[in-house]
Amino acid sequence: MCLWCRIRQKIPKKKKTYYAAHVMTPLLSAPGKKMAAVQDAPMELDAEKETKPEILSDGTSNLSGNTASGTLSSPPLTAGGAPKQEDQQTLIAVLQFLRRNKLTESVEILRREACLEDQEDSQTLDGSGGGKGDGDGGDANSLLSRVSIASAAAPQSTLTPIPVKNDQPDVSVVLSAYSQQGDPSLYQVYYSSLKNFIESVLDCHRAELSQLFYPLFVHMYLELVYNNHENKAKAFFEKFSGDQECYYQDDLRILCGLTKKEHLKGNEALLDFRTSRFVLRISRDSYQLLKRHLQERHNNQIWNIIQEHLYIDIFDGMPRSKSQIDSMSGSFAGETRREVNKAKVFYGLLKEPEIEVPLDDEDDEAENEEGKPKKKKTKKDSMGSKSKKQDPNAPQQNRIPLPELKDSDKLDKIMYMKESTKRIRLGPENLPSICFYSFLNAYQGLTAVDFTDDSSLLAGGFADSTVRVWSATPKKLRKVKSAAELNLIDKESDDVLERIMDEKTASESKNLYGHSGPVYGVSFSPDRNYLLSSSEDGTVRLWSLQTFTCLVGYKGHNYPVWDTHFSPFGYYFVSGGHDRVARLWATDHYQPLRIFAGHLADVTCTRFHPNSNYVVTGSTDRTIRLWDVLNGNCVRFFTGHKGPIHSLAFSPNGKFLASGSTDGRVLLWDIGHGLMIGELKGHTDTIYALKFSRDGEILASGSMDNTVRLWDSMKAFDDMETDDFTAATGHIHLPDNSQELLLGMYHSKSTPVTHLHFTRRNLLLAAGAYNSQ
Amino acid sequence: MTEREERRFAEVPRESIKLMAESTGVELSEEVATLLAEDVCYRLREATQNSSQFMRHAKRRKLSVEDFNRALRWSNTETVCGYGAQDALPFRPLKEGELFFVEDREINLVELALATNIPKGCAETMVRVHVSYLDGKGNLEPQGTVPTAVQSLSEDLLKYYQQITRAILGEDPHLMKVALLDLQSNSKIAALLPYFVYVISGVKSVSHDLDQLNRLLHMVKSLVQNPYLYLGSYVRSLVSSVMYCILEPLAASINPLNDHWTLRDYAALLLSHIFWTHGDLVSGLYHQILLSLQKVLSDPVRPLCSHYGAVVGLHALGWKAVERVLYPHLPAYWANLQAVLDDYSVSNAQVKADGHKVYGAILVAVERLLKMKALSLTLAAEGGCAGLPGTATGAVGFRENSLGLSPPPEPLSEPPLGIASHLQAGGAGCPWEEWTPVSLPAMYCELYSFFGDSLAVRFSTDPPLGGAPPSGSRQPLEGRKEPASGAPNLENTRKMPQLTASMNISPRQDGSPCMEPQPPSLAATVPGRSLARSSSSSSVSRSRSSSSRPGRSTSQSRDIFPKARFPLPQVGPPAFSFIIGGRQMGRRCQGRRFQTSFTPTPPLTTLPPRAYAHKLPVIGRVSKPVRRWTCSHYSLHLPL
Repeated sequence: MCLWCRIRQKIPKKKKTYYAAHVMTPLLSAPGKKMAAVQDAPMELDAEKETKPEILSDGTSNLSGNTASGTLSSPPLTAGGAPKQEDQQTLIAVLQFLRRNKLTESVEILRREACLEDQEDSQTLDGSGGGKGDGDGGDANSLLSRVSIASAAAPQSTLTPIPVKNDQPDVSVVLSAYSQQGDPSLYQVYYSSLKNFIESVLDCHRAELSQLFYPLFVHMYLELVYNNHENKAKAFFEKFSGDQECYYQDDLRILCGLTKKEHLKGNEALLDFRTSRFVLRISRDSYQLLKRHLQERHNNQIWNIIQEHLYIDIFDGMPRSKSQIDSMSGSFAGETRREVNKAKVFYGLLKEPEIEVPLDDEDDEAENEEGKPKKKKTKKDSMGSKSKKQDPNAPQQNRIPLPELKDSDKLDKIMYMKESTKRIRLGPENLPSICFYSFLNAYQGLTAVDFTDDSSLLAGGFADSTVRVWSATPKKLRKVKSAAELNLIDKESDDVLERIMDEKTASESKNLYGHSGPVYGVSFSPDRNYLLSSSEDGTVRLWSLQTFTCLVGYKGHNYPVWDTHFSPFGYYFVSGGHDRVARLWATDHYQPLRIFAGHLADVTCTRFHPNSNYVVTGSTDRTIRLWDVLNGNCVRFFTGHKGPIHSLAFSPNGKFLASGSTDGRVLLWDIGHGLMIGELKGHTDTIYALKFSRDGEILASGSMDNTVRLWDSMKAFDDMETDDFTAATGHIHLPDNSQELLLGMYHSKSTPVTHLHFTRRNLLLAAGAYNSQ
Repeated sequence: MTEREERRFAEVPRESIKLMAESTGVELSEEVATLLAEDVCYRLREATQNSSQFMRHAKRRKLSVEDFNRALRWSNTETVCGYGAQDALPFRPLKEGELFFVEDREINLVELALATNIPKGCAETMVRVHVSYLDGKGNLEPQGTVPTAVQSLSEDLLKYYQQITRAILGEDPHLMKVALLDLQSNSKIAALLPYFVYVISGVKSVSHDLDQLNRLLHMVKSLVQNPYLYLGSYVRSLVSSVMYCILEPLAASINPLNDHWTLRDYAALLLSHIFWTHGDLVSGLYHQILLSLQKVLSDPVRPLCSHYGAVVGLHALGWKAVERVLYPHLPAYWANLQAVLDDYSVSNAQVKADGHKVYGAILVAVERLLKMKALSLTLAAEGGCAGLPGTATGAVGFRENSLGLSPPPEPLSEPPLGIASHLQAGGAGCPWEEWTPVSLPAMYCELYSFFGDSLAVRFSTDPPLGGAPPSGSRQPLEGRKEPASGAPNLENTRKMPQLTASMNISPRQDGSPCMEPQPPSLAATVPGRSLARSSSSSSVSRSRSSSSRPGRSTSQSRDIFPKARFPLPQVGPPAFSFIIGGRQMGRRCQGRRFQTSFTPTPPLTTLPPRAYAHKLPVIGRVSKPVRRWTCSHYSLHLPL
């Protein structure tokens, strides 16, 4: 099953994944390592055996709709029947593809797995076939749908596999579900009749049913194009493209240029649109209304499309209002299905390791005698209480194996605690000071910035393939001496760490050369010893900040890598790129540990959850996904943005997520409930930077429009009523309170804000390249 | 709406496709062209859409050609080259046909290569911190200017620059002295060099003000002498400023009371100094300087003061320059000069005075030419016969010794071999290519024909000084004293304040005055004075020595016309040699002795001296203000 899904995901991107298929073979050829093939590089053998992780959970859930028994309502169940058949075709196509590429071993393995699947399939088919009887005819919907499938879709879908197998061993043909043809000249009639119907229904239903317009429009258009009715397709487009929601303009622009079947083949975005199912959420009443209408009119063409390409998530209760719908729609593949966000997410923070805070530190000495014992006590208490109280929402401490703390890490933790005692409490009355780090003379183009957690170092990625590291403190950057010189050092001396540094190399900044394309992402390791950079050349590089040399080049994406981020505990990092997947790596593995696939377009930004158990990715398909590092499942899927997502930030307590996109809006998400809880409007351009203050009271957002805005995130979180009903239905009422939440807007001097960072004492650092034009 | 939508995209018409196909020699049918055109349009749109992603991730608003090329590269398509420029490329229609094209101007590479405004290059990428908002409130402090390559001067340096320029060009002589001294020794002003050079290039705007010109020249001197500065290509700029002072008919020279002559002398001195110390920084500099000097000299329209400048300039560049440029020009130039000098009308008085100046300068230059020529011949002869037999051996040995000990004057006054050879080898088409060395006697004869006895006057001889120590060069004090001690012995003291160096003629030869038999004409070629001038100093050095070393000059003062005291030539042994000793009077090589000898050439047929030559008893430096210069030369400041 897993392998199957994996391949299925890969197939649409034929050219890209060809390489991946090759890589797979050796892994598969060793029978004992079948699991290894699924999970690219096993992190822990034990964990793996227990969990049997599935990398492509999204694909899985997409396909196994019917196996996920009870939770689903019946229409999806019946709708699930069709994909089963479709999947069978897919499977055959995959087999052919493998055979053609002489990957015989893979074929065999797939066969073995597929045999089982086939049996299952036949069973389920039998079951559903008998479902007519089993269901006692009680479910009218399922009956109806069965009838309609039988009338139009079923005969063809049962027939197609055979000719495909014999005559047209072309993957794209098999995968395309547009093989059936209605009368192309009637498409306009079909569409306009539906349009008339929807416009005539009651207001409460109209908003919901209007969601159908866009996916139907696209699919009908593509069907026309696919079947070589170029002129009809153009006419269809001209007539109805104006009716679509404004936030689909970008997609329509792509569609507009596409008038030939040949073009369809190469266009990956549309391939994904066709192969994935557009998700709509419609109340039961509205759905009934629609179905009745289509049946009365015998509008089979549209009904077929709905059956095959759309996934209608039906809920009981009040139909949603237009604003409710608009706030959630806009993504490439429709809305989130409810059940997707039902999985439990351990968003709590990990227990802090118990570190003995040295009592005789300098700060205490500096203070007077009276304060001394008191302070010790409070410190101990705070430490103790923290470590005793286990957050009920936190994952198990060893859910993800984390590197052990080194002495230097402990020292750093102590420093952190000391600093945090001096932290300023921010709030609406007490706004942070902002320091702006301007990159001057950055003619080559500044593309990425990162600060270390303690704000001592600053790294910039540039479009000329260089990475530069600056010291943000008076302390200069020094390299470690060469091996020959190191031999001469007295290793026993106390200041050996000082002695290994080469004083001659001290400078304010260091350049790192190695990439062969613009550097789109940089990230410091929490211990400040390493720096990651991801580039257009398809690699992620790990740099040592001791020697200022490149240590590893992680190759795997093969396409531009848009972003990378270190785990808050080090060791792991995540990267995402143009190949639509995010990958989880460990610094000592040259292959990824996990591949998070599911996005329909480029993964533009990636962030680690503060507890390191989850990874969040934002994509050009205008969705956000939260992935479980342990098993690679997609546990949260957020839609609502109307443009590619370019920034993400977790709140320090791990409960909330903020995301910013090209549409200039910041959306706030409750991870535990899987809900959107706020919308912050104000920016006029792409938001490239988001950061919560250290205590999470303030959210800072930085944008291309040369402003930094501060938002009252506390208020935003408190205002949101997350009662059970909302949580269950996912119907949110977003108050339009952006203006109340906006605490301040700060202009820079023609400097787009590329990065934001709160120091440990809550001073806000912003960074960007001064633009002289 | 779609029509509007459609028009947003660039359409490639069928005709264009056909044209393009034809240009590569392919005939396309109508249908194929249509299909291709549509496909091209689609591909273009697709690539554009893909490229926008690269723009977004580069955090830009403007789609660049580079973005587009990346999109093409990732779709396995060849990239478009040659459009990486930052400026917008205008897309123009052709008036006649329906043809559109991207304007592609031709670039004049020659102009580009020879452009003088060399781009400064990009300044280093840097990060600056600015507290923008304090506690959420705006910081009124300005964000600070963006440092560029030019503005990378620190505050302190700027202040220094202002103070120094103000001091040098200001009124206070004391301040100026301090400033010049500092400029000469400050090791941290490298960044300011272009600014100072720029200030100095302002000579053109103050050509009416001798004082300011002087100050600027002093600034040059200080910069040149600063051991921490690498002048690099700024040498050229400095040289052109100095040359301006030497050659241009300065506005200040209109008034005869202005002593612009001294300025020219000083500038020439400076020129030679720059050249000998920094000439290697700019290749072909010597050549260029010579060319421009020659141009001025051969231009009869130029005023006499310009000619004077050219002559002193040549003189400052060394005797070879004189030999190559001035000497061949002399016959032609002489006629003009003579005309000026022969005109006794009142209206011509001023011009005539100027003419005398030029005459004097030429005379000085030519004298040294003769001397150095003789010197070089001797050296060559010496090199030829390694072991001289007989009585001369001792002398030779001494000479060799002394030569080894004391640096010969050559390196200072002669162009380094590299440049000289470059001149000869690389000077294709240059006017002096056909220059052939003239033998010393011939040269002397010719010069004598011009100058007559006044030439001989300068070639005064000195009575030999008893036992000048060979190591005198190392002991300036001893060197200083030595002439004084020798003074009583002098029988032929002449009043010739210009004389700075004494000549020792074969000190080993039994102590007898070296009145070796020698034709009078040749005896006259033994120079005292011109030797002194060979120490890279032009007329200035003469006056300098006269004022700064009064004691010495008095002790050595001779008659102006020494020829009467010449002992009668004896017919001596066939083999003899002169040793000419001298001292360089530069501050830095104080007391350095140079010593050389030459074998006399066969006696020349004496030519009748030109009659008018005697009418010019004292030519040149009779006026007084030289004193100022002398001091200034020593401390590089003007005692104002």
